Parts: sequence; C-alpha cells; structure tokens
Amino acid sequence: MSTEDTTSDGARARTSRRGRIRVTGFDSAAVRDRETFSADRTGISGAAANRRTKAWNRFKQNRSAIIGLAILAFMVFIAVFARPIQVSLLGEGFVIQPFQLAPHNTDTNLVAGNQPPSAEHPFGTSDLGRDIMSQVMVGARFSLAIGVIAVGLAVGIGVPLGAIAGYYGGWVDEAVMRLVDILYAFPFLVLAIVIIAILGQGFWNMIAALVIVGWIGYARLIRGEILSVKENEYVMAAKALGARDRSIIFRHIVPNAIAPVIVQATLAVGTIVLAAAALGFLGLGLQPGTPEWGTILSEGREAVIRGYWWVTTFPGLAIVVFVLAVNLVGDGIRDALDPQDEVGEQEGGFR
Amino acid sequence: MSLRQYVTKRLLLTVPILLGVTVITFLMTHLQPGDPVDVLIPLGANPSEEAIRQLRRQYHLNEPLYVQYFLWLKDAMVFDFGVSIQRDSLVSEAILTRLPYTLLLGVFALFIAVAIGVPAGIIAAVRKGDKVDEVSRIAALLGIATPNFWLGLILIFIFGVQLGWISTIPPSDVSVLDPALLTYMILPAVTLGTASSALLMRIMRSSMIEELNKEYVRMARAKGLAARTVIVKHVARNSLISVVTVAALQIAFIVDGAVVIEQVFSMRGVGRLILQAILQRDFPIIQAGVLMIGVVIVFANLAADIIYSFLDPRIRY
Repeated sequence: MSTEDTTSDGARARTSRRGRIRVTGFDSAAVRDRETFSADRTGISGAAANRRTKAWNRFKQNRSAIIGLAILAFMVFIAVFARPIQVSLLGEGFVIQPFQLAPHNTDTNLVAGNQPPSAEHPFGTSDLGRDIMSQVMVGARFSLAIGVIAVGLAVGIGVPLGAIAGYYGGWVDEAVMRLVDILYAFPFLVLAIVIIAILGQGFWNMIAALVIVGWIGYARLIRGEILSVKENEYVMAAKALGARDRSIIFRHIVPNAIAPVIVQATLAVGTIVLAAAALGFLGLGLQPGTPEWGTILSEGREAVIRGYWWVTTFPGLAIVVFVLAVNLVGDGIRDALDPQDEVGEQEGGFR
Repeated sequence: MSLRQYVTKRLLLTVPILLGVTVITFLMTHLQPGDPVDVLIPLGANPSEEAIRQLRRQYHLNEPLYVQYFLWLKDAMVFDFGVSIQRDSLVSEAILTRLPYTLLLGVFALFIAVAIGVPAGIIAAVRKGDKVDEVSRIAALLGIATPNFWLGLILIFIFGVQLGWISTIPPSDVSVLDPALLTYMILPAVTLGTASSALLMRIMRSSMIEELNKEYVRMARAKGLAARTVIVKHVARNSLISVVTVAALQIAFIVDGAVVIEQVFSMRGVGRLILQAILQRDFPIIQAGVLMIGVVIVFANLAADIIYSFLDPRIRY
C-alpha cells in the first residue's frame, strides 16, 4: 500500500495514517488552527475546554441531534412534573415538587376499565381502569431513571476495569478479559433474566441485573482504545517524569480514549430502556401495577386480542420516541467528537 | 499464521470460555440466598425431613462445591439435567421437544434480516447522501428504536384482530414444518427480524462506503466495468465480510428476541420454557436452557471468527 501518496487529500485520509491523525489531534480543526508551540501554554484544562467547545459547536449544527435533545428535554420535563414529588423526613411529608401535569393519578378505577381514548382519558384506560396517559407520563420517571442509573453504574465499573486491564496487560488483563468473554457468551436479556431469577424482582435488582450485564461492553471498548493510546509519546514522557500509574491512566490516557465510550454509553441508555421494557413486559421487571413503560405493556397481549389497542399503543410509542431521541443524540455526539469518522459507525445494538 | 494454526489457537481459546460458561451456569443455584435444596422443592410443597435428606443425596448437596460441579458437569456433558421440578418430565426432553420451534423462528428471522438488511444497505451506500439514503437511515433508526414485543403486539392487532388474516393463537399439535405453523410463523419472524435487519443494513452501508473509496474500485471502473458489476461482484462481496461477524452477534440478539417474541405470540419454544421455568423457579430447566444458549453462542462466535479469517486472511495476526 502506498502510504506516501499525499498528492490528493482523499488518499491521505484513507491510508493507515488515519488512526494516527485521530490519536494525535483527534480534532482535525484544532490541529489545523493551533498556534504553533504557544498553544501548549494554555495547559491541559484549556485545551480540553477548547475541544469541548468545538465539539459542542459541531453538535449544535446537527439538526437531528438537536431535535433529539429537545425531545429528551421534553420527556425529562414530563417525568419531573407529571405528579407531585414528596419526600418523607422524620415522619413528615415535604412536597418538593407541587405541580401535576398528568390528568389523573395512576390508581385503579374499576368502574372505568378498558375505555377507549376520550377527552377525559386521552390515551384510554387499562382493564383495571388506570388512566394510560397518566401512567405513561409517570412511567417516564422509571424508564429514564433506570436507563441513566444503569448506564452510569455500568460505565463506572467497566471503564476502570477495562482501563486497568489495557494499561497493565499481563495476568490482570487476562483475568478481566476472560471474564468479559465468558459473560459475552450469554445474550444480554437472557443473562439479565437469569440474574433477576436469582436476585428477585424490584427496581434495584433490575438495575443490578442490567449493570452486571452491561459493564462488559465498556470494559472491552476502553481496553481496545487504551492499547493504542498508551503507545503515545506523551505517555512515555509522563512515565519519565515520574508520574504515578494511577494518574497516567486516569488523567492522561482515559481522557484520550473515552470518546467512543461516551458515544456508546449515550446509545446504551436507549438499549437499556428497551431491555428494561422487555423485562417489564415479561413480568420480571417492577411490581405489577407500577407505571413503568414495559410493566404497563405486560398485559398487552390480552388487551390487544380483545381489541383494546390503546392499552399497548401509547406506552410503546413513548418507548419508541425516547429511544429514537437517544439514538439521534448519540449519533450527533459521535459526529461531534470525531468528525472524520464517517465510515467507522457503531450501531446501538444490545451491546 | 496458516488457517489451520489459527483455527487450532482459536479452538484452544474456546475451552476456558466454555468451562467458564459451565461454572456460571452451575453456580446459579448456589448464588441464591438460602439453602440450595430450597430451589429443588416445588413451590408450595412441604416435604418431610427424610425427603429433604433424600434430595440432598440425590443432588450431591452434601459434597464439597467443586465435587458437585464436576458431578454436574459430567451429567451435563451427556445432556442429563435430571428431572424438572415442576413438570413430570426429563429436562432434556422438555428442551428438545421445544427446540425445533425456536430454531425455526430464529432461522426464519435471520433470513428475513439478511434478505432485507443487505440489499437495503447496498442501495443506501450507492445512493449515499440523497433521499433514498436519508429514508433508509430513518427506517433503520425506527427499526432499532422499536421494542420488538410492541411491534409484535401491533402486528397481532392489525393482522390478527382487525383483518383476521391470521389466528391469534398458534396451531397446536402440529409438526414443525406444517403449513399452518409456517404461516403462523411469518409475523413472529418479521417482528424478530426487523431490528436485526436495521442493524445489518447500517453495517452493510458503512462497510460498503469504506470499500467504495478503495483504489481497486477506481481501477475496476477505469477498466470499464459496468457500475452494477463493480458494486455487486467487487464491493458488495468484500463488504459482506464485516456483515458475517456481525451476523454472529445477531445470533445472541435473536436468542434474546426469541425469548420475548415467543411470549408475545404464545409459541411453545425454548425461550418460553425458560421464562415459565423462571416464574416457577424450576432451576434444572433454567440451567439446562441457559447452558445450551451459552454453548451455542460460543460456537457461533467461533464459527464467525473462523469464517472471517478464511475470508480475510489479514486478521490472522
């Protein structure tokens, strides 16, 4: 392969140098615009802030990503203001959020079961007379919380483990990666189902199951990135200056290897919400009657066969819209962080 | 590294993974809070002291853990998982009678995913940047964002309840290749294949775009090959390499989906069996089912790696 062919711009990006351009500069605009050596004086935080501003500027220009972000903001708003939030402290209840956007509470109302959509119940009611619209609105709380918490914890476990494995290599690497390989042999949902079978149902058990299944993806991803980043001269320089391993890993290497993890984690919020909904649908999620999107759908089959389409349609649409918005934002973040990476797309599968 | 060396190395790497899979499956009953003998007692039953002692002996629960593991593994090797706790049948029998339905569903779904995903990906890559590409991108995003069980419910409502074209319950007591069952299988397979086809399409598209930029494509065009020949014979073929690896990952995805879809469409498959076993806490069935799935996926990944190294010798580093 003729890597020295620099006569055309296109050929340059396609040769094996592509990886190098990404690693050293990461941001082609920053590399082009930088002011020779004086830029070094701004220090690490300055450069990082600059990089973040540039990424944000690129993100802002991505129309579909902004639409996705707006949808997410709207859903968070709904989740917070759907019903009043009350905390009880020392036996007294304090209302910290008094607004109520949802038209009804989510209690059962046996005289108003299975009603089609109407002005009173815009999304209809379930067989136990729960107002579906209110359930969907309050359900946003559960689904969003599950998605964000589960992904956050999985990243918090996977990134350090993968980083340590990739940096030290040797038996640490072997141990972590063999565990990852073994867990990879089980499909995401099957493993989550089994863990719930062992732990039992409930909000935190569901999160635990999703985290145990989820961290391996980030560990594998960051390890791969770190294997290439740690070969950089600045890592050698940091070692020569006597920096401790911990600070080399978490202050120098991880920040330069984290971009794909950020993209993956964003997309994973969507897939985790899908998985949580599937668990809810299978009756393995939260307690029956909880207004979580998947749990609302758990009686969906009977409802649909009896012709009550609204019971399933609206909670499902909420999931579709949310996951779609997450994917738009995730794609936007990927393009913003790495504008050259047109071909190396990763898709938001279950892993 | 020759192909034979690579395959040998890869096979050896599979052994510890398979052992790990068996260890995790074995530990399932022991990770539970409480006495492992509890999971062997049917729900609601109240056995005598003697019966419990008998159970402990039968399942070797008095032995040290590693002895229990090897005894269990020895039986598992010949697919002997004992008797189901909730139903009066051998675990292996319960699984084997249901396996064909799940296999049929999975193969059908994978076929639909490839039949839609690969051509759509090629078209999207060739028409990169124009309307067709944009529409395919939105369709793929929707396919990925739609929960498969919800799509299944919507399809049941439209085709089963409103139009009445299909029955809403599967035909019972028919063989696997019975026309009635195959007809019923269309909707579940479409439901299950949709998300996979969206993923395959995006991967086919990006790998096509990467290939289209390569020198040999310019060469093929320069020597006057028809645009169609360049795309179909050269670019698409090379792009399929990356699709093969992803197709193996799709097997895990489809197994996941099958568990849910069998529930949506009330099909008597392995996924539904495992789910019922979980709700009834029938651990021998769960263990056998999970072990089988794990082993299948380990071998699917192995096969994908070997096919990949056969198609693209560069990766046999």
